[in-house]
Amino acid sequence: MTTLPGNLTEFTLAEARDAVRAKKVSSKELTTAFVKAVADARPLNAFVTETPEKAIEMAMASDVRIAHGEARALEGLPLAIKDLFCTKGVKTTAGSKILSNFVPPYESTVSQNLWNAGAVMLGKTNMDEFAMGSSNETSHFGPVFNPWRARNSNANLVPGGSSGGSATAVSGNLCLAATGTDTGGSIRQPAAVTGIVGLKPTYGRCSRWGIVAFASSLDQAGPMTRTVRDAALLLKHMASVDPMDSTSVDTPVPDYEAGLESGVKGLKIGIPKEYRIDGAPPEIEALWSNGADWLRAQGAEIVEVSLPHTKYALPTYYIVAPAEASSNLARYDGVRFGHRARATDDIIGLYEKSRGEGFGKEVQRRILIGTYVLSSGYYDAYYARAQKLRTLISRDFTEAFKTCDVLLTPATPGPAFGVGEKTADPVSMYLNDVFTVTVNLAGLPGISVPAGLTANGLPLGLQFIGKAFDEATILRAARATEQAAGFAAKPAHWWRAA
Amino acid sequence: MSERSAKLIKGATGDWEIVIGMEVHAQILSESKLFSGAPTAFGADPNSQVSYVDAGMPGMLPVINRKCVEQAVRTGLGLKAKINLTSVFDRKNYFYPDLPPGYQISQYKNPIVGEGEVLIDLKDGETARVGIERLHMEQDAGKLLHDQHPDHSYVDLNRAGVALMEIVTKPDMRSSEEAAAFLRKLRAIVRYLGTCDGNMDEGSMRADVNVSVRKPGGPLGTRCEIKNVNSMRFIAQAVEYEARRQVDLIEDGGTVKQETRLFDARAGETRHMRFKEDEDDYRYFPDPDLMPLVLDQAWVREIEASLPELPDAKKARFIKAGLSAYDASVLVAEKESAEYFEAMLAAGAEPKAGANWLNNEYFGRLNKAGLAIADGPVAPEANAAIIAMVAKNVISGKIAKDVLDIIWSEGGDPRAIVESRGLKQVSDTSAIEKAIDAVIAANPDKVDEVKAKPKLASWFVGQVMKATGGKANPGVVNALLKVRLGLPEEG
Repeated sequence: MTTLPGNLTEFTLAEARDAVRAKKVSSKELTTAFVKAVADARPLNAFVTETPEKAIEMAMASDVRIAHGEARALEGLPLAIKDLFCTKGVKTTAGSKILSNFVPPYESTVSQNLWNAGAVMLGKTNMDEFAMGSSNETSHFGPVFNPWRARNSNANLVPGGSSGGSATAVSGNLCLAATGTDTGGSIRQPAAVTGIVGLKPTYGRCSRWGIVAFASSLDQAGPMTRTVRDAALLLKHMASVDPMDSTSVDTPVPDYEAGLESGVKGLKIGIPKEYRIDGAPPEIEALWSNGADWLRAQGAEIVEVSLPHTKYALPTYYIVAPAEASSNLARYDGVRFGHRARATDDIIGLYEKSRGEGFGKEVQRRILIGTYVLSSGYYDAYYARAQKLRTLISRDFTEAFKTCDVLLTPATPGPAFGVGEKTADPVSMYLNDVFTVTVNLAGLPGISVPAGLTANGLPLGLQFIGKAFDEATILRAARATEQAAGFAAKPAHWWRAA
Repeated sequence: MSERSAKLIKGATGDWEIVIGMEVHAQILSESKLFSGAPTAFGADPNSQVSYVDAGMPGMLPVINRKCVEQAVRTGLGLKAKINLTSVFDRKNYFYPDLPPGYQISQYKNPIVGEGEVLIDLKDGETARVGIERLHMEQDAGKLLHDQHPDHSYVDLNRAGVALMEIVTKPDMRSSEEAAAFLRKLRAIVRYLGTCDGNMDEGSMRADVNVSVRKPGGPLGTRCEIKNVNSMRFIAQAVEYEARRQVDLIEDGGTVKQETRLFDARAGETRHMRFKEDEDDYRYFPDPDLMPLVLDQAWVREIEASLPELPDAKKARFIKAGLSAYDASVLVAEKESAEYFEAMLAAGAEPKAGANWLNNEYFGRLNKAGLAIADGPVAPEANAAIIAMVAKNVISGKIAKDVLDIIWSEGGDPRAIVESRGLKQVSDTSAIEKAIDAVIAANPDKVDEVKAKPKLASWFVGQVMKATGGKANPGVVNALLKVRLGLPEEG
């Protein structure tokens, strides 16, 4: 059986599950340790809302169930929830001023699934406003800091985004695991730059009901965890078909954990040649070929494949996502809930002031882009064309998967960067998602797994992309990589001294 | 197209033809809204029928209501239209406080129903064909209340998200009468189908009317769309006013600009609302929260098999049973009158006599009393019994009306009433002869007159009927009078 780590917060989700189930530790003890870790880590700004009382209450209820032998799959395990998931009676802000006072009277399907499995809520994590960002710097509640710092440096780094708070919370041992959402890379990119595992499931695998919408055809919830096993475990209990979400898909959710150790022998791993980009840091190239070598050594076959429309992915994404966002965010108008401007003369004034005050710059920029590309006279040139490209990008993957089982790519073009470093240049910020957006456009599952460190000690991740609803295979490949990489580095807990 | 006589309007420069197309919003009869489970009942307290989806709450998602889809398909089939097995929901984006999500879910490029047709019934049994361009499903908006507070407006979202069918015609109507006839017919069809209650007072059916004018046979003129035409009566008024306005404008050297106009029922006129170029850019795009709506052909066939008999088929059947085209049209125009008539037939009424009786007597009384057929006091079986007694010469036509009046106010069984009140017709010649003799004896001067002018015989018939309390069989009275007065058989 598991041996107890010196500090309860160092548990993985699976270890904690086993320990709680074996009554080696109570949920209350475990939860108390994390509640303290969360409070101690306030300098990281990972949480928008902490819910310590709720956490302890839920933990005690779990302990009763455990005592009665009624433990459920995630009984008593403390998690952090991205502040994009509506939580009944708990403020849900989407990282925005416009929702800074919004308390939903309903619970999202994904979080409800987790509570139904016995999980405990520690709080709501900080994020880029409406999930629009790759550094967690667009949040109304201030930036989140990455637990990692470069060797011999005290400079604060970003944790990636938009699920930056969740990434920091998992990486910094502030929770056992967290939920994220991924529209263009918002789970995988922050996971990669904080040295954790992040999985974006197939579109339709997790219900979107109760998740504040950014771009409906791309948004997907997924797990952010310290290990691949934890991702398998958490995904199992997030996923479900939901009659309330017409885009969720009715297909069985397998026991991902069960097949995790089956290895990669005989698996065909595709290396998409278009992902070799000019000017990519040599460290990324090296990591990628290491990844291929590790898998080959374990009996996988490496094949080169082509995804010819890759270069159109970012432009396509930055048309489709803002277009949908411009419509999805129309409901934040100051009329029924959320921020409402004072002293306006008429309804147009109320809209303009409420939205002008309530939305940050990046959100406004994307609403404007989205409104523009849908406007009459521009629709065909932008939105309609982007939809065609999306089909072509999707077809690229279908073709590639005729010759391989999974694709291996870098997760990001580089490690975590400094706070404030890219905020002035939106395009360089958007480039962070260059390896991840294609997956959202095609609706496929992708996982980012920590695979190495840069020369100055910052984590880097590799990404596996799978066929639709074949999360099991990318988890298996990620597990093999995790073992081969032996990624054991941990960030120094510098914030405790702060 | 049709053989109907053109109805032109006169202008200073000659005749003008009116060209009319219509967009009708019909509320789908269903328990719940198009994309939420909230109820749709009319007249509930403000905001008592609003789900989180209707209120546009964050993270809420629409889920299509199968019943509404079925109703739209049913309507499409009733309009003899093409059912599109794949259709797409789009978002129509604009800001207004009665539209919580900031967009209306509608169908833009790919509607659920394509081209179809409606036969409209005109004067003298004439019919004309009006083409249907399309039918699509969309959500209704909420309602702003400006009269609840001196400087605040309130929003009632009960209607927000209620399912509507927008039915668009081709520009096939040529007069205000045809426009009204179309709306009447469409209303009858959806009410027969049970897909819309057709209640214009409650806003269940609203029409936007597109009107243009042209020289007969010339190219189409620029159209204006008239909104807010919410009664049959207003349709004709609005069209007449608008056509005249356009003719006057053109003849005064002006040009018609494409615009939206509002019908002011009080003033009986249309007023400028906005020009085409001032319309919002709605930024339509496919709703990513909803998959394309794909229908199963077998399901569509099932719905088709369950369609009731529609007005045209019913009318044809009534005509075959002996009714005039006119009587048949009148009876099928309202689902309730057709059903009432059918109940009379089931009770044994002779069709032609039954139709005459209903149209001339019973429905007239209902109209006068302002009663709907469902609220009328006389059962179809009772009316059937009355005309059966007339047919068998048990009572005269005049007594029949009296019997109807009695049942109207007191109720009861017509046969029993005729029996107990001694209303049976007298066919006994000796009794009638006695009455004739008395009338002749009392009016010797009239006897001379009638010999010169045989038409005056009817005066004698009236006198005899009066003397017998209306119970004499008029046929017998006629025959005997002619003999007594020595008048020729024919005339």
